[in-house]
Amino acid sequence: MSNLSRRKLITTGMAATAGASGLAVAARLANRYGLIPPDHGSVYGPGETLTYAAQRLLTRHSLAREFPRSEISKTPFANGEPFQGEAFKRLQAGGFADWRLAVDGMVAHPASFSPAQLTSYPSSSQITHLACEEGWSFIAEWTGVPLFHVLNVVGTLPQARYVVYFSMQRGWWDSIDMADALHPQTLVTYGMNGGALPVGHGGPLRLRVPRQLGYKNVKYIARLTVTDSLKGFGKGLGSASPEGGYAWYAGI
Amino acid sequence: MADVAGFPSHATAIVADTRTPRHTATVRITHWITTLCFFALLVSGIEIVISHPRFYWGETGNVLTPSLFVLPIPASRSTVPTGYGFVLPDQNGWSRYLHFQAAWVAVLTGLVYAAFGLFTGHFRRNLLPAGADLSWRAISSAIAKRLRFKPLGEAEDRSYNVLQRLTYVFVVFVLFPLVVWTGLAMSPAVASAFPFAVTVFGGQQSARTIHFFVSVFLVVFLVVHIAMICLAGFRNRMRAMITGRASAHKEHA
Repeated sequence: MSNLSRRKLITTGMAATAGASGLAVAARLANRYGLIPPDHGSVYGPGETLTYAAQRLLTRHSLAREFPRSEISKTPFANGEPFQGEAFKRLQAGGFADWRLAVDGMVAHPASFSPAQLTSYPSSSQITHLACEEGWSFIAEWTGVPLFHVLNVVGTLPQARYVVYFSMQRGWWDSIDMADALHPQTLVTYGMNGGALPVGHGGPLRLRVPRQLGYKNVKYIARLTVTDSLKGFGKGLGSASPEGGYAWYAGI
Repeated sequence: MADVAGFPSHATAIVADTRTPRHTATVRITHWITTLCFFALLVSGIEIVISHPRFYWGETGNVLTPSLFVLPIPASRSTVPTGYGFVLPDQNGWSRYLHFQAAWVAVLTGLVYAAFGLFTGHFRRNLLPAGADLSWRAISSAIAKRLRFKPLGEAEDRSYNVLQRLTYVFVVFVLFPLVVWTGLAMSPAVASAFPFAVTVFGGQQSARTIHFFVSVFLVVFLVVHIAMICLAGFRNRMRAMITGRASAHKEHA
């Protein structure tokens, strides 16, 4: 072995060690700053992690585009069949007065809110785009109470990292990180285009996350759980979507 | 240092010259990674389009609004009226995961390639056409030569002719950046941070439509690219792009 190749071997070895430890440090930092999505374990984990980390570094505080009233779609498409559960129909017959949104988990004061209580809080309206992962979209005016207000009322504990939300429709649940949960445009939505939120669009209550695709905007929400880890929910992938093969983070 | 190598400097130059590869290692590696990504993006992209084979212009569009055009194919969603009596299985989950992962690899590979091309002079030497080659006479004579299937010259074994250069420049500096940009413009989070990236196209549905057409152009490029390789001598060109060596014997006719 000549001097030259030995030197090369040593520098290559040092570069490899530096690279490996650099990666390890990067992974630890990424985890600490919440840059790793809960569905990072699959073969698509590297791509998902890059997407989520890049979005969190670039778009943490960005606001979803808002449109003039003239841009509101005449034909907002309500995807899927309206929910038809027996319990849901009973609540619907009562004008959803008995609907409850339970908030629990890492909060100082777990509580349960009626639609009337939610409408008594300061409301927020936004004319934003709702895009489905399939490719279609519409623009509507959404009215509701910002999720951060609800979280303030119940007193979120400092170690909170995610808000998990459950639909009344069995098997439909999802979660968002605190960047989205505390985002001013994330709404517990009860109104659409000046009226009550139609059942087809998720009425009485839908979580609106305008910086993510339609499927993160879960309809008929009945429970919110604040948590520091998603491991205990379902298969631990953060939502029902990755269990069905879809990405947890849908801001892409 | 010169003593370690043990050659006088002119001998080194001759050795280096006969060993100069047809394609450098960076070009070869980035080429094949991009090829893999391209197929992953194409297959997953087709699967994603199948879930909604309708296209629109502007910010919004759905099955209740008029379309710009509709691909005459069945869909993987029952909500899309296609005229077919059946619905294809939903493959969007893995398709989207794969599409974005392959896009990351393609973009990062493209950045390595772009940095290499800029700093080593590869773009200047091999991709940018010489000023004299850009006259109509030079371009039309090059086209006429190709149409008559005239044998390629010695120079074309070492570098690209003007038609190749113009095509590669268009693919590398126009189509590739545009397909990435229109892809990003469909992202709600990117749109929130960089609204201009969307409004410049006239809206997110316009960006989706342009993304589709740029992809079609890229597929057309791929077909012509492979056809030209077959015409120029498939084994020779493949060997050059895999091992870097141009062939000793001339294969093209």
